[in-house]
Amino acid sequence: MQKTAPLLLGACVAVPVAAQAADLSLTVEVPQLKVSEYHRPYVAMWLERPDNTVAGNLAVWYQLPKAGKENGEKWLKDMRQWWRRTGRELAMPVDGVTSATRPVGKHTMEFRNGAFPQGTLPAGQYVLKVEAAREVGGRELVSVPFQWPPAKAQKLTATGKSELGEIVVDLKP
Amino acid sequence: MKSSLIRPLVAALLAAGSTAAFAHGSFILPSSTVLSKPAYVTFDAASGNDMFYFNHNTLRGDITAIAPDGSSVPLENEATGKLRRVFDVNMKDNGTYRIRSSNSGINARWKDAEGKNKIWRGPAAEFDKNVPKDAAELRVGEGANTLETFVTVGKPSALKPSGQGLGFAPVTHPNDLYAGEDAVFRFTLDGKPVPAGLEVDVHPGGSRYRDAIGDFKLKTDAQGEVRIKWPTPGMYRIEVEMRDSKTSLPQIKERRLSYAAVLEVLPQ
Repeated sequence: MQKTAPLLLGACVAVPVAAQAADLSLTVEVPQLKVSEYHRPYVAMWLERPDNTVAGNLAVWYQLPKAGKENGEKWLKDMRQWWRRTGRELAMPVDGVTSATRPVGKHTMEFRNGAFPQGTLPAGQYVLKVEAAREVGGRELVSVPFQWPPAKAQKLTATGKSELGEIVVDLKP
Repeated sequence: MKSSLIRPLVAALLAAGSTAAFAHGSFILPSSTVLSKPAYVTFDAASGNDMFYFNHNTLRGDITAIAPDGSSVPLENEATGKLRRVFDVNMKDNGTYRIRSSNSGINARWKDAEGKNKIWRGPAAEFDKNVPKDAAELRVGEGANTLETFVTVGKPSALKPSGQGLGFAPVTHPNDLYAGEDAVFRFTLDGKPVPAGLEVDVHPGGSRYRDAIGDFKLKTDAQGEVRIKWPTPGMYRIEVEMRDSKTSLPQIKERRLSYAAVLEVLPQ
């Protein structure tokens, strides 16, 4: 984390270096499934370094604690890689990360350097992980490797086979 | 080796239904091994040759549930059937619970004045009180066996090995096992690493649905550690067995020790 200090400092004195302005736009598609019993999937999106350590959580969609409803935390472990890598270390819900489950369709989230849930993302090689798990359904993990900050505008895509549709990572320097 | 005579003898003692010996592979099978919030977990305990099917015998003896802080948790709704024993454990705290079946002690057989077979089992301290000094054809054995399984609520917590007999000091947490990855486990003998070359038997479950049992054996290294690469996801039983001469009574030549664990290996 020490590496982030100069960058943050740079941001404070408002030197507009290209790297600091970099954008990451993430679109995750929740696919339409022909099943008789459908529950919206739990989806976790996070960033890993090449050694599988976690650089930060981007978003987690699950059944938020609600009066009169069963606590959805019970099924967070079904996103088993997310649970193992970072979920079990967190106290849910997490500000700026967790939110309710989403309906079928494409959902876009914008992240800007300095405005990730964790602040600044240090320069380096990362893998975006998107993991979905559905009650009475399956589970799927999709990975998208990328370089940060991007040298040029880039559109990276990956497609899930069962529980996830198209994943699009739009990078802007 | 001196023990060439003792081995069959001990085997006979154990076969007689002793405190020692899980004659068949015994197991305690949890309904979940990873939980994201406190919950009840139910367990099936049985013994048999096939993992993990309830087709031979129930598991008798003491079973304890140990909370992450080391305190013991009561078993609830316990029932013992012909083929298995079931119970629930309310896992209220974050961390790793160990569910353990262990037995240890002395096993003596002799003939009384009328030539009738007598059997006594118990701790070493009570041996003199219960076994006559002049017992005819006295045969004595000693054993310590542990069988465990692990369940984690939230973040895994550290596990301390038992300082007595064979202990399990996992380097890789037993609720953090994934197919295709290596797990490193250390085994201890009276608190110290076991000798190099000790055989570790790895036995995958689900044998009913394939021809080969699929078990394999590995050996401990100089640190008493073994590295296991899990070929497939599923439940596994690992076991180490050894004999030594650190007995608690001079008339006992050999101590027989075993440690077994039931582990879940998750897919990637």
